[in-house]
Amino acid sequence: MEMINLTIDNKPIVVKKGTTILDAASSIGIDIPTLCHMKLHDMNIENKPGGCRVCVVEVKGRRNLAPACCTEATEGMEINSHSLRAVNARRTVVELILSDHPADCLVCAKSGNCDLQDLAQHLGIREIHYQGSQSHYREDTSPAIIREMDKCILCRRCEMMCNEVQTVGVLSTINRGFHSVVSPAFEMNLDHSTCTYCGQCVAVCPTGALTEVDHTGAVIRALSDPTKTVVVQTAPAVRAALGEEFGMEPGTLVTGKMAAALRRLGFDYVFDTDFAADLTIMEEGTELLGRLNKYLAGDKQVKLPILTSCCPAWVKFFEHQFPELKDIPSTARSPQQMFGAIAKTYFADKMNIKRDDLVVVSIMPCVAKKYESGRDEFAVNGNPDVDYALTTRELAHLINLGNIDFKSLPNEEFDNPLGESTGAGVIFGTTGGVIEAAVRTAYEVQTGKALKRLDFEELRGMEGLRKATIDFDGTLIHIGIAHGLGNARKLLEEIKAGHSEFHAIEIMSCPGGCIGGGGQPYHHGDVEILKKRQRAIYAEDKNKVLRKSHENPYILKLYEEFLGEPLSEKAHHLLHTQYFDRS
Amino acid sequence: MTAYNTHILVCGGTGCKASESELIKLNFKNQLAELGLDDDVQVIHTGCFGFCEKGPIVKIQPDNTFYVTVRPEDTKEIIEEHLIKGRKVERLLYKNPKTQEQVTESKNMDFYKKQVRVALRNCGFINPENIEEYIGNDGYSALGKCLEEYSPEETIQVIKDSGLRGRGGGGFPTGLKWEITRKVQADQKYVVCNADEGDPGAFMDRSILEGDPHSVIEAMAICGYCIGASKGLVYIRAEYPLAIQRLKTALAQAREYGLLGENVLGSGFGFEIEIRYGAGAFVCGEETALIHSMEGKRGEPTFKPPFPSESGYMGKPTNVNNVETFANIPPIINKGAAWFSSIGTEKSKGTKVFALAGKINNVGLIEVPMGTTLREVIYDIGGGIKDGKKFKAVQTGGPSGGCLTTAFLDTPIDYDNLLAAGSMMGSGGMIVMDEDDCMVSIAKFYLEFTLDESCGKCTPCRIGNKRLHEILVKITEGKGTREDIDKLRMLSQVIKDTSLCGLGQTSPNPVLSTLDNFLHEYEAHVDSKKCPAGQCKALMQYVIDDEKCTGCTLCFRNCPVGAISGEKRSPHYIDQTLCIKCGVCFEKCKFDAIKIV
Amino acid sequence: MPKIKLAEKTVELIREICAQFNNQETELINVLHQVQHKLGYLPAEVQEVIAKELNASVAKVYGVVTFYSFFTMLPQGQHPISICMGTACYVRGAEKVLTEFKRQLGIEVGQTSADGKFSLSCLRCVGACGLAPVVLVGEKVYGRVSPQQVSKIIAEYQDGCASAQSA
Repeated sequence: MEMINLTIDNKPIVVKKGTTILDAASSIGIDIPTLCHMKLHDMNIENKPGGCRVCVVEVKGRRNLAPACCTEATEGMEINSHSLRAVNARRTVVELILSDHPADCLVCAKSGNCDLQDLAQHLGIREIHYQGSQSHYREDTSPAIIREMDKCILCRRCEMMCNEVQTVGVLSTINRGFHSVVSPAFEMNLDHSTCTYCGQCVAVCPTGALTEVDHTGAVIRALSDPTKTVVVQTAPAVRAALGEEFGMEPGTLVTGKMAAALRRLGFDYVFDTDFAADLTIMEEGTELLGRLNKYLAGDKQVKLPILTSCCPAWVKFFEHQFPELKDIPSTARSPQQMFGAIAKTYFADKMNIKRDDLVVVSIMPCVAKKYESGRDEFAVNGNPDVDYALTTRELAHLINLGNIDFKSLPNEEFDNPLGESTGAGVIFGTTGGVIEAAVRTAYEVQTGKALKRLDFEELRGMEGLRKATIDFDGTLIHIGIAHGLGNARKLLEEIKAGHSEFHAIEIMSCPGGCIGGGGQPYHHGDVEILKKRQRAIYAEDKNKVLRKSHENPYILKLYEEFLGEPLSEKAHHLLHTQYFDRS
Repeated sequence: MTAYNTHILVCGGTGCKASESELIKLNFKNQLAELGLDDDVQVIHTGCFGFCEKGPIVKIQPDNTFYVTVRPEDTKEIIEEHLIKGRKVERLLYKNPKTQEQVTESKNMDFYKKQVRVALRNCGFINPENIEEYIGNDGYSALGKCLEEYSPEETIQVIKDSGLRGRGGGGFPTGLKWEITRKVQADQKYVVCNADEGDPGAFMDRSILEGDPHSVIEAMAICGYCIGASKGLVYIRAEYPLAIQRLKTALAQAREYGLLGENVLGSGFGFEIEIRYGAGAFVCGEETALIHSMEGKRGEPTFKPPFPSESGYMGKPTNVNNVETFANIPPIINKGAAWFSSIGTEKSKGTKVFALAGKINNVGLIEVPMGTTLREVIYDIGGGIKDGKKFKAVQTGGPSGGCLTTAFLDTPIDYDNLLAAGSMMGSGGMIVMDEDDCMVSIAKFYLEFTLDESCGKCTPCRIGNKRLHEILVKITEGKGTREDIDKLRMLSQVIKDTSLCGLGQTSPNPVLSTLDNFLHEYEAHVDSKKCPAGQCKALMQYVIDDEKCTGCTLCFRNCPVGAISGEKRSPHYIDQTLCIKCGVCFEKCKFDAIKIV
Repeated sequence: MPKIKLAEKTVELIREICAQFNNQETELINVLHQVQHKLGYLPAEVQEVIAKELNASVAKVYGVVTFYSFFTMLPQGQHPISICMGTACYVRGAEKVLTEFKRQLGIEVGQTSADGKFSLSCLRCVGACGLAPVVLVGEKVYGRVSPQQVSKIIAEYQDGCASAQSA
C-alpha cells in the first residue's frame, strides 16, 4: 500500500494513497465542515457530488480552493484548512445557500436537527450579505412524506438514496442553474409516483426539505378525547434509538422508560408491536413450512422462495416494480397491521370497547408505516386498524411536549395481553432478524426438536446482501437476506430469471433494517449509530427469558381463545392480505 | 473524370448560405448548362472563406478572382463577362475602403494579408463533400505516414515537439494529453472530438467541420492510433445541421476509401467514428460534462481527478480534443514539428483561429500566428471599427473571458498574455465593442449567459452568479451603491475560488475585467446615476430640445403612453414620470429635436 | 397533470426509435433527439414510453429533458422563430429585434401564438456572426435583421405563403 506524506495545518500526517483531504484531516482531529457529503462507512453508501463547496480548503500552490471531500491527498501537499481565504469562502458559500433559503427556522420541523442551521452557527453567520430572489416550489404532501423544496440545497443525498441505494428512481434533479431542484418526474406529487415511502430521503436530508407527515396533533386530540380508548404499540427498533433524542448514548435500550413515558402521555394501554411480531412468525412461519414441505414433496405448483412481507416500503416496491412476482411474498400482514387487526377485534371485544371508540396508535421507526396504515384493505367500513403511525422522532416530540424528563423515568412494563413478547419479536428490528425469528420457530415446528443454539450468527451482519444455509435436521434450507431496495432488486431479478437458489428471503427496505428506518433519530451520516442500535436489539433478545415466538404464552392464548390455529380462516381474514399490481 | 478548366467556388458556409449562396450555385449550374459550358466549368460549394462580412463570396479559379457580396441575379453577368469575355465584373470586386482601389485576389486584401492558415488551410479551397479534393491536398497522407513510418510513441513525440496546445480554451499541451491517455491500460479507449462549440460569438469549429471535415476525421484516426483507441466520437451541436450533414458525408466517404473501418489502409489498425449530438447546454463543453452527456445523462461536470484520460466515456480512458486542435494535427505530421513550432510565440506555438465579430468592419473568421497583436487583428485584418466610431474594448474568451481596453492593443496574443491581462484565449471568439457599448451591460449580458447555462450543481455558480447578476441589474437600473461594487469584487473572487468546474471558475471574469478596466463606468452608474454609453434605459431620459422642436406633433401622436404634450407649432414636452423610454419619439422625430440625456 | 393518450402508432414509432438504439439507456439523448424530430416535442406521456423502453426511470428522462434547452415539452408553432442571442448579435441589437417579435406576435419567449403558427425562442449563437443580428425561422436564416424588418418576416409566413416555406 502506497503511503502519502502531507501536512494539514502544519501537522505532518501519513495516509494511504487514495485518502481524501477530509478523511486525512479527520484522522488527526481536524474537523472540516461539510454539507452535501455523506458517507456511511462499510455500507457502500456515499454521497460525494462535490457540489456544496463548504469543505473547501487552501492547498499551497493550487490556483483555487480544493473541496476536501473529493480531493485526494498527494505527496508533499501542504493544506491550510482554516486559512482566512478558506474560511471566508466557506462563509460566503453558506451565506449564498442561506440567501436562497426560507428563514423560518423557528417553525421548521428540522430545527435543532438541521445540518445547515448547525453550519451557520458554527461559522458564526450573523448577516447574509448577498440577498436576492429565492426559489419557490409548490409544497407536496403525500401520505407519509412532505416535500418543501424551497428548503432544498441541492446536496443530492436524497437523489443518491432513491436511485443508487434504493433503485426506486422517483427523484432526479431537474432543470438547471438557479432553477434546478430535486423532484419526481414532471414535478408530480409523490403520491402519484412510484415512491415506496421508505423515507431514506428523509433520513439523509440535511435540511427541512424532506420531512415526515406529522401526526402528533391528531394523537394529542385522541388522547384528550374522554370517549376514546387509546392504545399504543411500539415497534422493536424504536427502543434502541429513542434515547438518542434525549442525549443518551446511541445503542442505549430504553424499553422500560419508553413504556413509562407513553403511560404518562395518557395512553390507556401501552402495548408492544413485538407481540405482533411473534404473531407474524406464527403465520408467516407456518406459511413458509407449508410451501416448503409441498415443494420438497415435489409439488411444482408451489413457488419458492417465500419472501417476508413486514416492510411496507418493500411491499410497495414490488407492487410497482415487480408485479409479476406478487404471488411470491408471504401473505402475512406486517406486525403493525396484525396488531391493529387484533386490537380492534380480539382486544376490543375483550374490553367491550366499540371499534369506533378504540384508537390504535403505533410508534414506528418508519415513515412508510404511515402510508401502510392508510391502505384501504386495512380498514373496516372506513375505520382503519391502525389510526395513527408516529415515527420515533414524533414520539420524542410528544414526550418533550408532555414535559416528561425522559432520562429519569423509571423502567415500566408493557400492558397485557398485547404487550408480552419473545426475543424473536425484538430482533425484527434489524436486518436478518425476521428470518432468524422465523428459523427459530420453523426449525422446531418442522423437526420437532429443540434448538441447541438460538443465536444464528450466520444470519446477522451489515452487508447489504447475505446468504446462509441452515440445516433443518438433514434438510438444508437456503436463506437470502437483503436490506436496501437496490439489494432486494438483485434478488428479485434472480427470481424473475428463474435461478434463485433460496427457499426463503428476508427483505427490509432501509439500510440496516428498521434500526436505520426513515423515522428514526437522524444519524447524520454516522454509521456507527446504526451498528450500536443493532447491538442493542440483539442484547434485548439475549436478555429475554423467552426467545421463540411459538413459546409466547399470550400468542398461544390468542390462538386458543380467538384465532384457532395459524392460517385458520379467521387468521386469514385478519392477519393476511393481498398485493396489487401498481405498475 | 472530366478535367475542368475553370472552377467556380461558391461559399457554402452557414453565413453565406443564409444569403442565398445555394441559389447562386444553382444559377451558375443551370446557366452554364444552358450555354453548354458545364463540361468546362465546375461549380463547387466550399466551406467558409472567412470574410463573412462580404458574403456571399464567389471565387473563380484559376485566376483567383474574388467576388464579394454576390447576389443570385449576378451569376449571369459573371458567366458572360468573366468566363466568356474574360472581363472581370468590377462592381463585384472588393474595394479597399482606405484607397478605394479594387482588389481582385484575396491574397492582396488586408483581411487576408496577415493571416496564416493552418487549421483553415482547406476552408474555402476545396469541396468539403468530395474526399478526392481533400486527398488531392495532402489529405490522409499524415495518417498514412503515421501508420507506415511512425510508432504511436514517435507520433506523440512529434505532437509534443510541435508545442501544440489545446485550442478549446484551456491550452493543455496536446501531445502530453495523448501520452497520458496512451499510458493508461484498458481494453477499450475512446477519442472524442468536442464540437459542442458554445461560446456566443465563436464559430470556428463549425466552419472547419463545414469546410474541411476530413481533416478532423484524419486527426481523430491518428489520435486513436497513438493512444490505442479503436473508437472515436464526435460530440456536435445539434444546432449545426450543415456541419453534421458534411461530417456524415465525409465519414461515409472515409469508410468507402478504407480510411476508417476495421483495417485502416491495410495497416491492421482499426478505427471507427460515431456522431453524438449535443442538445443545447454550454456546460457540455467541459469535458466531464460532455462525457456524461454522451452517456445519456444530464451534462453535469464531475470533480477531476479522475481525468477522462483515466476514466472517461463509459469509464474508459478517453482523450478529448476540440475541432481546431484536431485540424492542426495533419499539417504537423506532414510538415514536421519544427515547421509548426517556428510559428507563434515561445509558449504558444502555431496559429489560432478567431471569430471576429461585433462593431468591426470585417466580420469573419481569421487565422493568425500566435503573437499577433490585437491591434493588427482589429485594425489591419478587421478593418477597424464600424461607422468610424471609437474602439472601446475587445472581449475574448467568451463568457469565461474578459474585456480588454486600448491599453492591451499591442499585446501579442497568446494563452499566457491573455490570461495575464485578465481574459483568456477561450475558443477564440473576439467581439469588438465601441463607444456605444455600456460595459456594465456587457458584464450583465455575460452573466445572464452564465446564469442560463450554469448546470446548478455547485453553490457558488448556481446562487453566486445569480447574486452577481442581480447586483449588476441593480446598478444598470441606477439603484446601485458603492458597496455593491465592493460586493461584486468580493463575490466574484469567491466564485472563482470555489466553483466546481471551469464554467463557474471563470464566470466572474467579465465582471472582474470590466471592473478593472472600466471602473469609471460602474462609478458613473452608481454615483451620478448615468450610463456613459447611453445604453441603460433606466438611466437615460428622452428630452425635447425647445430650440429644435417645431411642434409638428408627430412624437405626440406616436407616443404609446401619452407622455408627450404640447400645443401645435410650439415646443413639446415629455413627462418623465409617464415615459417608458421606448424610443419611438426619438425615431420618429424629423427635426433631431429629441435628445437622450 | 391531465394525461393524453398516445396513439398506438405513436407508441410504436417511439419503440422503433428506441430499438434502433438497442434500447440502451446511454443512448437517451439520441433517442430524445429522434423522437422530438418526429413528433415536434416531448410531452410527459412520450417520456414515459421512452423511459420504459430504455429501462430508465421517468424521473431521469425528465431530468435530462429539462436540462437541455434543445428539448421542449410544449408543441412548437408551425414556424418556430429563434432569435440568436450570441454576443455578436447582442451588440448589434438582437434584443430590440426580440422585443419587436414579442410585441408583434403578442407572445413571450417559450410561447406559441394562439393560432399555433409561431413560437418564439432564443438561441445561443448559430455561428453566423457575420450576419448579426440573426433570426431563424424554421431552418431559414435571416441576417442583419432590424426591428423594422420584423413585420415583413412575419408576413412571409402568414396566410400559408408557401413560397417562403421552401426557401
